[in-house]
Amino acid sequence: MAKKEMISMLLAGGQGSRLGILTKDLAKPAIMFGGKYRIIDFTLSNCINSGVDTVGVLTQYQPLRLNQHIGIGIPWDLDRNNGGVTILSPHVKGEQGEWYSGTANAVYQNIHFIEEYNPDYVLILSGDHIYKMDYGKMLDFHKKTQSQGTIAVLEVPIEEANRFGIMNTDEEDRIIAFEEKPENPKSNLASMGIYIFNWDVLKKALYEDQKLHDNSDFGKHIIPYLLEKKVHLSAYRFQGYWKDVGTIQSYWEANMELTDIVPEFNLHEEFWKIYTYSQYQSPQYIGEEGEVQSSILAEGCEIYGKVYHSVIGPGVIVGQGTVIRDSILLGNVGISENCVIEKCILAEEVKIGSGVHMGMGDCIPNQFQPELYYTGITVVGDESKIPDRVRIGKNCVIDGITQLSDYSQGILYSGQTLMMKGSLV
Amino acid sequence: MKAIGIILTDGKNEQLGDLAMNRAVASMPIASSYRAIDFAMSNMANSGIQKVGVITQYNSRSLIDHLSSAKWWDLGRKHGGLFIFSPYLTQDNFFWYRGTADALYQNISFLRRSNEPYVVIAPGEQICKIDYKKILNYHVEQKADITLVCKSLKEEECKKMCSDYTVVQVDENQRIIHLEDKPLEPLSTIIFMDIYIIQRTLLIKLLEKVCHEEQFDLVNDLLIRYRKKLNIKAYFFQEYWKNIRNIKDYYDINMDFLNQKIRNVFLKKAPYILTKVKDEAPAKYNRYAKVKNSLIGDGCIINGDVDTSILFRRVYIGDQTQIQGVFILEGSYIGNNCIVQHAIIDEEVVVSDGKKIIGKPEDPIIVRKGTVI
Repeated sequence: MAKKEMISMLLAGGQGSRLGILTKDLAKPAIMFGGKYRIIDFTLSNCINSGVDTVGVLTQYQPLRLNQHIGIGIPWDLDRNNGGVTILSPHVKGEQGEWYSGTANAVYQNIHFIEEYNPDYVLILSGDHIYKMDYGKMLDFHKKTQSQGTIAVLEVPIEEANRFGIMNTDEEDRIIAFEEKPENPKSNLASMGIYIFNWDVLKKALYEDQKLHDNSDFGKHIIPYLLEKKVHLSAYRFQGYWKDVGTIQSYWEANMELTDIVPEFNLHEEFWKIYTYSQYQSPQYIGEEGEVQSSILAEGCEIYGKVYHSVIGPGVIVGQGTVIRDSILLGNVGISENCVIEKCILAEEVKIGSGVHMGMGDCIPNQFQPELYYTGITVVGDESKIPDRVRIGKNCVIDGITQLSDYSQGILYSGQTLMMKGSLV
Repeated sequence: MKAIGIILTDGKNEQLGDLAMNRAVASMPIASSYRAIDFAMSNMANSGIQKVGVITQYNSRSLIDHLSSAKWWDLGRKHGGLFIFSPYLTQDNFFWYRGTADALYQNISFLRRSNEPYVVIAPGEQICKIDYKKILNYHVEQKADITLVCKSLKEEECKKMCSDYTVVQVDENQRIIHLEDKPLEPLSTIIFMDIYIIQRTLLIKLLEKVCHEEQFDLVNDLLIRYRKKLNIKAYFFQEYWKNIRNIKDYYDINMDFLNQKIRNVFLKKAPYILTKVKDEAPAKYNRYAKVKNSLIGDGCIINGDVDTSILFRRVYIGDQTQIQGVFILEGSYIGNNCIVQHAIIDEEVVVSDGKKIIGKPEDPIIVRKGTVI
């Protein structure tokens, strides 16, 4: 393989367990976001838009949908003779296989992949975040400051700093200490989980740390190790939109922000497009009695009802007389006539019968998982079905093909859960 | 499939006026997301044809731009794939394509170097969804030399259309016994849709023969002359089929897509019509948007009222603007407080605030590409 100046290792193995039912059958980076996209699209598009054309995608948790989505990387122009996208899943080496036990361990297990490109720099990314960033500029900064490692940081409000990994820096933004979720933060520079390392420095650290920790992690082990060895690490201040959509509420909010008159995150930028694989290229149709306001809609939707303040994925059909409000409908959701859907997240391929009312009643937290579902959002898992004329409350969780008999008197009260596949999240 | 495909794109079309000034008819935008040739390309690809040649001559730039990557139709192949043939000069040939047969003859090496036993020839300006596998099966079953895809029309329809088409007469075995090119008084109500299936080696032989005789038209110089010598069969296709001949056709075809039945055929039922991916953002409907009975492409931003209209990709509609019975092609911008009725706004047009553009339903106003109003 020809030498590459910088290649990227994209960590996409995380479950994102706080997203509850949404990540039951797929990894967090594969969840649909913003109508037509999946979360990993933002990072992959940033790579190609920054000129990084060699990306190893490290997958582990429920990789099927992710593998199908990425394929050989055509939508991102990452189908290359030299480089391009490569899916790196855990594999058997010698006698037995080994899972990726930590973020750094996953990279460690793929050192031979990186070595093939003999890069000067390695860019470590995660497929969990929504943002646009030019990694080329970050590399320029890395070179200019003659750093051996550069960590992208975001200035967060100091009162929230205790939720992040915080970098304490000197006046030249050289990192002097790193604290994971500190009680009394000394700075407000939060790590974005985006690193550029000189490859020789990182390789040595990965080998060394592997001897100490069998679940080697960048934040917990590699960064502290490098600081201890007095390696020159710099903080690269990123300004702009960056969201970790880690919870049901933050996922919902980040989607809804896209419907603002001028959203903070601009998807319409001509020279920094976000690429994705789409099943459909067909236009959307709004019917004679349809109405769509304060919403974004992806390809192939047919709207015969009314949609307000919602995010609608590709191929969605909304029947006549139905009203959708404050909701997120992912790909290929079908809703029959005369429904009212308020503040719900309906995952891919969900089908809803006619006359169904969802998101009614009081905001009672979920009976089983109040820590996940308490903000009033009802969530329906992939490929679920809901029969005609049932009423469903807030903070409900529904998964699987449900029949009228599964609802006592046709009602699922707020906070109740209905799991048909016998699966628990 | 054991066939290669050839798509013939139209010659000059003056009836489309400004709309076809700088674009081939085959690259006319259709139904928010597509170009006319996408239908022919998708029909080929969806029938399993893996090697397609597109023959183009007039205004080919827009077409080549649209087709160049070929991967959207799964034709970015090492083996086979897409070939684009525009006329070129050599030491002993300095002609443009002098007719359909000549266009094929000038590219006869494409036919010679293929291995597939059959050739499907189709025009690039037709809107239909057709499975060539079925027609090839018919062709083989019937032991035909050439199969022509035909449509049987109602009498009054045929009277209106026949002067643009070839009218054929068939016997009880569907064998074509008579053909007339663009007749004034048709001898039957069956028209030939300009789609052929023929054995590759036979086509080579026939092309060599007629072109050496300085005859260059497939219908007049080949089909009509050989109708008695060869077993030419008709295959009847009775589904949706329209051709872009003039502005009215263009207007009607697009408006047809507001009909759910037609959308269901083309857009909702696999195999889908494929087109070049443009990676636009999802369409955005703002607070006071009122859209009804309209098709909207991706990347649109809508603030005003849109009724019975077709918005292509990346169209902007300003506040309190009213759009009715209008096609707005890719990338156009309509400002605030405008009224636009019964018009076709070409690509990259800017209509500034407060402007009125009002046409008649039977005679829409056409605003040329790139105009600033």
